[in-house]
Amino acid sequence: MITPQMAVFLVLAAATVAGAVSLILQRHPIHSALSLIVVMVALAGLYLLQGAEFVAAVQVIVYAGAIMVVFIFVIMLLNAGEEERTNISRLARFVGVPLGIVFLFEVAYWIGRATAHLGTTPPEMVSTRELSSLLFREYVFPFELTSFLILIALLGALVLARREDSD
Amino acid sequence: MNEFASQHPLLVVVLPKVVILLFVLLTALAYLTWFERKVVAHIQSRWGPYRVGPHGLLQPLADGVKFLFKEDITPAGADKFAYFLAPFLAMSLAITSIAVIPFGPTGLTIFGQATPTGISDLNIGLLILFAITSMGVYGVALAGWSSNSKYPLLGGLRSSAQMISYELAMTMSVVGVILMTGTLNLSEIVTSQQGFHWGFVPRWNLIGSPMPQLLGFCLFFTAAVAETNRAPFDLAEAESELVAGFHTEYSSFKFAMFFMAEYASMITVSFLATILFFGGWLSPFPQTPLFAWTHYIPAAAFALAGIALIAHGVRYITIFGRIVLPVLGLALFGLGVLFGLPAVIAFVQGPFWFLLKVAIFLFIYVWVRGTLPRFRYDQLMNFGWKLLLPLSILNVVITSLAIAMAQP
Repeated sequence: MITPQMAVFLVLAAATVAGAVSLILQRHPIHSALSLIVVMVALAGLYLLQGAEFVAAVQVIVYAGAIMVVFIFVIMLLNAGEEERTNISRLARFVGVPLGIVFLFEVAYWIGRATAHLGTTPPEMVSTRELSSLLFREYVFPFELTSFLILIALLGALVLARREDSD
Repeated sequence: MNEFASQHPLLVVVLPKVVILLFVLLTALAYLTWFERKVVAHIQSRWGPYRVGPHGLLQPLADGVKFLFKEDITPAGADKFAYFLAPFLAMSLAITSIAVIPFGPTGLTIFGQATPTGISDLNIGLLILFAITSMGVYGVALAGWSSNSKYPLLGGLRSSAQMISYELAMTMSVVGVILMTGTLNLSEIVTSQQGFHWGFVPRWNLIGSPMPQLLGFCLFFTAAVAETNRAPFDLAEAESELVAGFHTEYSSFKFAMFFMAEYASMITVSFLATILFFGGWLSPFPQTPLFAWTHYIPAAAFALAGIALIAHGVRYITIFGRIVLPVLGLALFGLGVLFGLPAVIAFVQGPFWFLLKVAIFLFIYVWVRGTLPRFRYDQLMNFGWKLLLPLSILNVVITSLAIAMAQP
């Protein structure tokens, strides 16, 4: 008996996996970036199903709306062309791909066993107010530290991108 | 009917609302183009569309039919997937944003089901609107790149860089309002602006307590005009600069979709500005028995407009106009009478004031377009990063200070 919850989950999960597989198999980098955007938005939907409404919205705003835009800018500016399709090597075809599929099933089996005790009742929506009181009271130190980390990354990128002769 | 409605709430309640709102939005979009052409024309001392139907009222229809019948060209070497995706993405995102806007007070019941006045009432409605705006950058970037041509590529890059820069200032300028109301729910933001200072000045967030959000509003509106690529920030699509920017190589209906996406985001920004800073669907008059006559303002406005249109229409130049305009006037008059009926009058107050404020903002948008000269691109980026962003951060700091000092 498929509840609406489960139907939505199946659709979103299928979209995520399809986007991820397409990301690897596409020849043109822009199409890979577009598939990654599909993955990000489908993940936001999955977060929403878990009751994390703020995280879902911020995932779309930050990841799909800002970070992927920068990816696409870089691909557009570097004018990366289509890749050419080469023949897959025999080792990969006869050993690699079957082993990969076996691994996949094994990981899925163990994850399924480890999480079988979790229920399937839809969780409560976590309001932004609760999330922010957690973030700014108990977890304020990691929060401030993360902002420092981002600042350091920004400064590092600026230093790396400067031309050497303008010192 | 009520039992059927409680069994299938989606079908009976949500679907008609979606269909009606979509129809109203698309018609408003088409007539917004007419409105803009008329207003810009009158600013420039000329008439604008006048001959296609009485007062040019059939111009949007003519334009729509023209766009449908034009030849649909795909440039050679264009990336087909992205070329087709870009206008579709732009328009569908711009139209989706109407789903979270509250048009009136909650408490509407259709066939016994309580529903919000509007399609949905989300706790993170404001964030969803920003998410939709930030995804709108892709329409522009992909359109510019996929056309396989120099001018669209440059125009698309410039446009999308401009959009992501002003997105920051836009979202930061709204933080002051969120701090004062303590919620991201658009309905609650509107209801928190109820009440009147000293009995007659409305408590809208523009003149709210503890900190009037005047700076926030100016920053928001400026950043939003830049975000929607409208004049004076429309360098990327100006005719004399980059041919037509990112939509140069688009023809026929895809071009129309970009056009519609731009006007739809104009409408969304006007919705947001009314809700966040001007009290949304709240009336500017106090709701005391002394001011009960203000409930008849919608009815009076429509009835007067109808009478004026009839009086003007019977002396119009063309025969077609002499028939159509009085009929239109009669319809407006009938609506005015309908809004005065006691069964409808309470329901019509919220949407009337909301749409009136939105119309004023759209007029300001068009007014600014017809009046101000364009920014140069480097001036534009300097303005966004070096002036608007620091000012919006300053707004957040000042508002937090005012709130902290106002607490006992």
